[in-house]
Amino acid sequence: MLCTARRVIPQQLRRHIAHEAATSACSGGFSPAALRRLASTLAILEQKDGKLNHGSLSAITAAKQIGGPVHGFVAGSSIKPVADEAATADGLDKIISVENAAYDKGLPENFAPLLVENIKKGGYTHVITGHTAFGKNVLPRVAALLDAQQISDITAIESESTFVRPIYAGNAIATVESTDSTKFITIRGTAFAPAELGKGSAAVEEGVDPKADSPTEWLSEDLAKSDRPDLSTAGRVVSGGRGLKSKDDFDKVMEPLADALGAAIGASRAAVDSGYADNSLQVGQTGKVVAPQLYMAVGISGAIQHLAGMKDSKVIAAINKDGDAPIFQVADVGLVGDLFEKVPELTEKLKK
Amino acid sequence: MNPFDELSIEESVRIREKKAAPGGVEDICVISAGPAKAADVLRTAMAMGADRAIHVDVKEGEDLEPLTVAKLLKQAVEKEKSNLVILGKQSIDDDAGQTGQMLAGLLGWSQATQASKVEFGEADSVSVTKEVDGGVETVKGKLPMIITTDLRLNEPRYASLPNIMKAKKKPLEKKTLQDFGVENQRRLKVLKVTEPAPRQGGGKVEDVDGLVAKLKELGAI
Repeated sequence: MLCTARRVIPQQLRRHIAHEAATSACSGGFSPAALRRLASTLAILEQKDGKLNHGSLSAITAAKQIGGPVHGFVAGSSIKPVADEAATADGLDKIISVENAAYDKGLPENFAPLLVENIKKGGYTHVITGHTAFGKNVLPRVAALLDAQQISDITAIESESTFVRPIYAGNAIATVESTDSTKFITIRGTAFAPAELGKGSAAVEEGVDPKADSPTEWLSEDLAKSDRPDLSTAGRVVSGGRGLKSKDDFDKVMEPLADALGAAIGASRAAVDSGYADNSLQVGQTGKVVAPQLYMAVGISGAIQHLAGMKDSKVIAAINKDGDAPIFQVADVGLVGDLFEKVPELTEKLKK
Repeated sequence: MNPFDELSIEESVRIREKKAAPGGVEDICVISAGPAKAADVLRTAMAMGADRAIHVDVKEGEDLEPLTVAKLLKQAVEKEKSNLVILGKQSIDDDAGQTGQMLAGLLGWSQATQASKVEFGEADSVSVTKEVDGGVETVKGKLPMIITTDLRLNEPRYASLPNIMKAKKKPLEKKTLQDFGVENQRRLKVLKVTEPAPRQGGGKVEDVDGLVAKLKELGAI
């Protein structure tokens, strides 16, 4: 038997907004449950092939904002150098490390029980990790096992129980208060800078290893290789849309521009679906959320699902032949024209 | 219907049509918790090829949090003896992306999230290609299993008029949370919902030189 489960939630954004005045009176901040014990936070850090993922250090920055001690967590094979490096992160009091190759691929089936045991042992009030492929996959499973309602993809911390997160593709910002005794949180990486390394000297402690079996096995991966900066953390992003017409044109126009700016390349869903660019480059509600210093949208009309992924960029520039494209409503600087003429010209002028 | 849920139904129907799963697909049941209009969504799902539906009636405005939905689905899955549950990777209103993973945790089943390809092998094995940061990875699990769908998994079909008519005759069971022994216990209080600060467009420039000059002025290059 096969069963498909779905969920329907009424579109009630407008009503929520209307209710804001009525409900904001009860925004007390700290729940009684949170006052019972002092805050202590576990920040789950990611590693790959024995190397610490520096992007995941944002979890420590968020954890510091909670107040109270912050412990980091790492697991995998040859974990010692990873733990030692993470131990130098600013603001970290302790690193819990578990050495076991079974955790290298971050499989939720055994990683979740591992976290459950270490969270119970440490008695944490908060557990924080990035809203990354790993965090999205593993943390809800952990939260459910400990009967807590996770708070996903937060962009700000107002108090130890109150958090801010975008909903409806970033078209509304919700402030939510958690009444769970342990709060499970994934953070939007672009909203919290990574904690600095080399400033701390946390103790490294061995965690508990329940050695749960995983019924799921990791088979293979195929990751896009690129010498350009990582899309999620790049200071500059140039992004191409349907206006690029083909994969060849996409590469021919966007790559020199990216190189001239030292930028990462992104793409709209239309460009990805048409095969112009790899899936992993998609910027938007269901792709990556970026917030670089400069976001240059080329041949992208600016659908709300795309804007959800880039509207927190510091400066947005747009090149589009349609002067009425919605992208111009958010762009700090817009140029109406044929991208096949304008972009090469821009690339040449940037090189000078 | 949430777009990711359309992908879930399409995939279920394709697994049956392509006889992709050894032993075939005996039954495709769709379930939704929500107000009366959720029944329309379930009819659409049956017009796409699902056999029957369960509508868990929840009053307008009494949304369920993902943890509650997961608890409800756990009860439903056990009652209906399902061995594969396909969910969307996230709903596009609250963007939480949790329900499938929570359900997998509660059931203790394998999970494969953000699937872009699902292939069945011998002895109930299932290989799933998942979209991850920077590319894809492939994992292999075994039924029973939870899969959440990503955009690239398939292209959902439109329900044809004859199928819409047929769907009206398919069984739709009406249930309540109490039937599943689940309470709508909310853990998160929404204190406020605001509109994000609007971004002001900065206007247009005439040519590439104007663009470069403006970017310099803004400190972007």
